Amino acid sequence: MSHHLVEARGLSHIYEDGTVALKDVSFRITHGESVAIIGANGAGKSTLLMHLNGHLSPTSGEVRIGDTPLTKETLPAIRRTVGLVFQDPDDQLFMPTVYDDVAFGPRNQGLPEAEVDRRVHEALERVGVWHVRAKPPYRLSGGEKKRAAIAGVLAMAPDILVMDEPTSGLDPYARRQLIGLLGEFRHTRIFTSHDLDMVLDLCPRTIVLFEGAIMADGPTRDIFADEALLSRCQLERPLALQACPVCGHKHD
Amino acid sequence: MTRVAGLLDFRRLDLLATGDSSLHRLDPRAKVIVTLVFIICAMSFDRYAVAPLIPFFVFPIAVITAARLPIAFLLHKVALVLPVALLIALPNPWFDREVLLQLGALQISGGWISLLSIMLRSLLAAAAAIALVAVTGFPAICGALERMGMPRPLAVQLLFLYRYMTVLGEEAVRMTVAREQRGGGRPLSIRLHGALVGRLLLRTWDRAERIYLAMCARGFTGDFRGGPPSRLGRLEIAYVAGWSGLLLLLRTHDVTQWLGAAALGVLR
Repeated sequence: MSHHLVEARGLSHIYEDGTVALKDVSFRITHGESVAIIGANGAGKSTLLMHLNGHLSPTSGEVRIGDTPLTKETLPAIRRTVGLVFQDPDDQLFMPTVYDDVAFGPRNQGLPEAEVDRRVHEALERVGVWHVRAKPPYRLSGGEKKRAAIAGVLAMAPDILVMDEPTSGLDPYARRQLIGLLGEFRHTRIFTSHDLDMVLDLCPRTIVLFEGAIMADGPTRDIFADEALLSRCQLERPLALQACPVCGHKHD
Repeated sequence: MTRVAGLLDFRRLDLLATGDSSLHRLDPRAKVIVTLVFIICAMSFDRYAVAPLIPFFVFPIAVITAARLPIAFLLHKVALVLPVALLIALPNPWFDREVLLQLGALQISGGWISLLSIMLRSLLAAAAAIALVAVTGFPAICGALERMGMPRPLAVQLLFLYRYMTVLGEEAVRMTVAREQRGGGRPLSIRLHGALVGRLLLRTWDRAERIYLAMCARGFTGDFRGGPPSRLGRLEIAYVAGWSGLLLLLRTHDVTQWLGAAALGVLR
């Protein structure tokens, strides 16, 4: 069986202060799918991501990666399978140089140094920032930081990539480049984003969260066509699907 | 802002440690041992020792030169300990007024001499420690201490302390910038300072937690692997033996006096 499956069954999470962040969330994401999880601020997106990597444990329900339920014992293996890229690359890049940072994961896996080197080289080449390997991460531009952070996760050779707001804080050019790069990956991909145009480009399937519950799960195009659903969940149609502000011409 | 940034510029120390000199390449354990021997030797003199301490500066200077470290930057970091040392040593001239040295009409009490001695020792210890971090890197030092028998939880604690100091520094810089932006150049009241420090701690706490999550996400299990494994070879043994020998010689024999006598002999 494939390791590339992500499944949530009746997942609920209640924070210690009583805030209900997730309510009976169930979905199944299969091999090679690219899925967006969208929702207004506070809808539970981040809480959900934190469950996929075992940083939070569910109050009830369960998460399964491949055939393995996520438990304390399976956690190390699951963290090898699920690569989580954080929203703010400054939180993720903490070693003195880009090279060491990307090597952090493979070294934690206990790989021999030659293999670590191969992985780091490959990951940095893959995202196009091999040339800044000797630089300290804080000297990189926003786009380079994001790429370095992604390389750090790629170097661990995950089957599933989970990314929190991949395009936030990037300028339009860096954003476009990054979308191109993410589109080339063949991993099972899960993104959270407010950048619905990116979702339109990258994810055939979208899950809509509102106040901790799944309001819709289906083809992205259908969801973005459902005006009533979007406004109920405090979302707006992506710009690409809105009427042109100059001539009023409507896409599609 | 620049002042705060300068004070807390630990990142640059980290970066220096990625250099490539013969000293950088030595096994971290050898460098840690020599630094410990150095500190024990320099600290174990009696409290009025001043002249015998001077030759000890040869060690940090040699390390800084051999590793081609930027001396101005390191001096700046070393100088940061001086106010603290002064604070500790300042009461001495009050309590210890016995005249130990008579220079013409000038009488110098034991208190002043011990103050000078404390300052020198602080400088020596700080210089050696900072030079060690700059040629080794903090993670590698913690790794070395662990391999030499320090309990792992302690080593990891040390590492996080260091890591979070950087985080604290960066948050402090951000808050200072934000404050200066709207502060109109007026000094802050004590009460506001308290509030700022509280906020700073909370922000640092939050960020530290996110960093820790990111580390766990990449397989961190409480075990720091700094880089390629190294071992104690002939070079390391020679390094430890050579420096320990010299430092013990400086500790047990008054080399300054020899040199002085030799210089006088030449002059005569």
